Amino acid sequence: MESCPECAAPVSSQDRFCEACGRNLRVQRTPVGGPGSPAAARCPCGGAEFDEDGFCARCGRVRPAGRDRAEFSFPGVAGVTDRGRRRARNEDSLAFGRVRKRGVVAAVVCDGVASSERAEQASQLAVDTALDVLLTAMQSGGDPEQATVDAVLAADAAVSRLARAEAADVAPSCTYVSVVLTEETATVGWVGDSRAYLVGEAGATRLTTDDTWAAQLVADGVITAEEALTDRRAHVLSRWLGADSGLEAPRTMTFRVETPSLLVLCSDGLWNYLPEPEDLLEVLPRGVPPVEVARELVEVALKSGGHDNITVVVVQLRGGNGA
Amino acid sequence: MALEFGVEVYQNEYLPEGSADVDAIVTVTASGAEKSGPVAAGDVAQVLIVDTSGSMRYPPTKLAAAKQATAAAIDTLRDGVSFAVVAGTERARVVYPDAREALTVANDRTRAAAKRAVERLRADGGTAMGQWLTTADRLFARHTGSLKHAILLTDGQNQHETPEQLTRVLEQVGGRFTGDCRGVGTDWQVGELRRIAEVLLGTVDIVVDPADLAEDFRSMTSSAMDKAVAGVSLRLWTPENAEVLFLKQVSPQLVDLTGKRVAGAPRTGDYPTGAWAGAESRDYHLCVRVRPAGVGDRMLASRVSLLDAAGTVLGQGRVLAVWTDDTALSTRLNAEVAHYTGQAELASAIQEGLEARKVGDVETATAKLGRAVKLAHESGNADTSRLLAKVVDVEDAPTGTIKLRARVADEDEMTLDTRSTVTKRVGKG
Repeated sequence: MESCPECAAPVSSQDRFCEACGRNLRVQRTPVGGPGSPAAARCPCGGAEFDEDGFCARCGRVRPAGRDRAEFSFPGVAGVTDRGRRRARNEDSLAFGRVRKRGVVAAVVCDGVASSERAEQASQLAVDTALDVLLTAMQSGGDPEQATVDAVLAADAAVSRLARAEAADVAPSCTYVSVVLTEETATVGWVGDSRAYLVGEAGATRLTTDDTWAAQLVADGVITAEEALTDRRAHVLSRWLGADSGLEAPRTMTFRVETPSLLVLCSDGLWNYLPEPEDLLEVLPRGVPPVEVARELVEVALKSGGHDNITVVVVQLRGGNGA
Repeated sequence: MALEFGVEVYQNEYLPEGSADVDAIVTVTASGAEKSGPVAAGDVAQVLIVDTSGSMRYPPTKLAAAKQATAAAIDTLRDGVSFAVVAGTERARVVYPDAREALTVANDRTRAAAKRAVERLRADGGTAMGQWLTTADRLFARHTGSLKHAILLTDGQNQHETPEQLTRVLEQVGGRFTGDCRGVGTDWQVGELRRIAEVLLGTVDIVVDPADLAEDFRSMTSSAMDKAVAGVSLRLWTPENAEVLFLKQVSPQLVDLTGKRVAGAPRTGDYPTGAWAGAESRDYHLCVRVRPAGVGDRMLASRVSLLDAAGTVLGQGRVLAVWTDDTALSTRLNAEVAHYTGQAELASAIQEGLEARKVGDVETATAKLGRAVKLAHESGNADTSRLLAKVVDVEDAPTGTIKLRARVADEDEMTLDTRSTVTKRVGKG
């Protein structure tokens, strides 16, 4: 006899849902709505008492919102998201889940566009919507590429509905990157400048190309890759999710997973400090669980200045740990 | 005590990275007296202390005016208020009700008897203000009501006891009753009386013309009786490892409260503010040194609460700190903080300038008083500008260009010194 991970009621291994609370027993996923809502239990100083306005009774700092720093870890997949050192809010979101007994893992990272309103709401809604579509499709044996396209379009539609007619030019928007891992293949889909890397025995590869004006200009031969790094348009997105996106489909790529390796999804808060795959390879810790890899990569970004929100999701492929 | 205390905080909460000092002006406004009214007469005790040292005889109008003023104060006492009159020399004598050192309750009969006793006062002897305050303290000790107020009138210096003796008395009586001090003539010392008034959380002023004394006494007595709540203290909570660099009352007049801190629960300290009338507003300048947090972090640098004598919280405000790397935010000067920083500098420039003038240091006196003229002009403190103009020749107020005057009336110099701590309220006409 097993028990429901949500409410501890007894369940059988044949059950798809918990009879007591209705939880889907075939799927394990990060909480809908984001991390540890509404707020962290402890202040970074160790204090556990807060006044009615949320200030720590010991050091006076404001109680960290659950979004400021969150870690999730399941077998084979883990993620860390952090507000960073300069931004007032964490507008990045992450979500991931597993379909039990099918060897399926799906993970999504979205980075709220800072110049849009309610950016953290946009990114949270996008990861929740997309993950839901991905896990539902993969539970019933769907095609990973098609599931990725459906997930992105559903997320785009959901985020679009957040927009207010009177504030169309600041409509909530975000980037998107996801991976769907089955027993044989991995499918990556993206919109915007959040990235996916594959780290294997042979080295590290970037799987995504940025949807930015600078990247477009490099592709068109207008500027060089070096110039793009310092170009003020380096981060201006050419594609995103949101009411004004005009998005038709994400870009996707699928590859066969043959050797143990690690797949890293991240927001630009990480890759700004590690622009090339070799940079990532250099700092990536070996032989440790995914959550420690994610923590270390976030730490590198924080130590480098933490100018933006930082989110990293690490997925093991065939038990690989980046060794 | 249905009095409510509104607490407003004026500050620039944005600090540059690594910065630790948080400044704020805290405006405390009491309201609600129309509902509750002043405290009951039975709760109020008044002790009138009149200097009867030998010098009060010259000119003869001085003692006559003091008697008249004391009589006016007695007339102002409401029925039911407890009171006593003390004559001060090198000793202190309770001239009314009697030498048994007990307060009596005001009514037609006791007021008339008290005035007759005051009429019989003769000036003879020395001056020992510590003795006077000790006697007042003994009188108040038997009073169970909440509001204890003294008026101290003198015309001379505290010659018949040592400064150390006075200090010991002030340490003993501080916090037990409040009081206002008045100096008549020009033979008393501003610094001495200011020190007493600060301990008694009251005002100090000069009465140049004895004829004005009666009106002044009447108004002090009635405003003391109009208080709606006594024993109010200001409580500061500050974070761990933070330090209160200073807490000053900055309006209506400067009073440094920093040293009056009484430690409470961890990270809290209480500062006495005395009694409050039902419609009264005071400004405080608070400066807290905190441990800087990271850019983007928000911190409660201090929680400011007003408490009554029973410890009930009557009002609360928050002083915040937010660290930013946006210099446009962190360099913005808060108008209230800047104004009162200027008023505090104005007061010390006047006091230091007059001190330098006394010892013949023309250069320092000119620099300090010139600075004072400039600050008074810039802040629109017209009262202080007018008093300064009686002591120096102002050539150009905006630049603070002045010349010291060869001859200055003692009363003008003392008036400027005494009132140097009276600030101009920010943003008010």
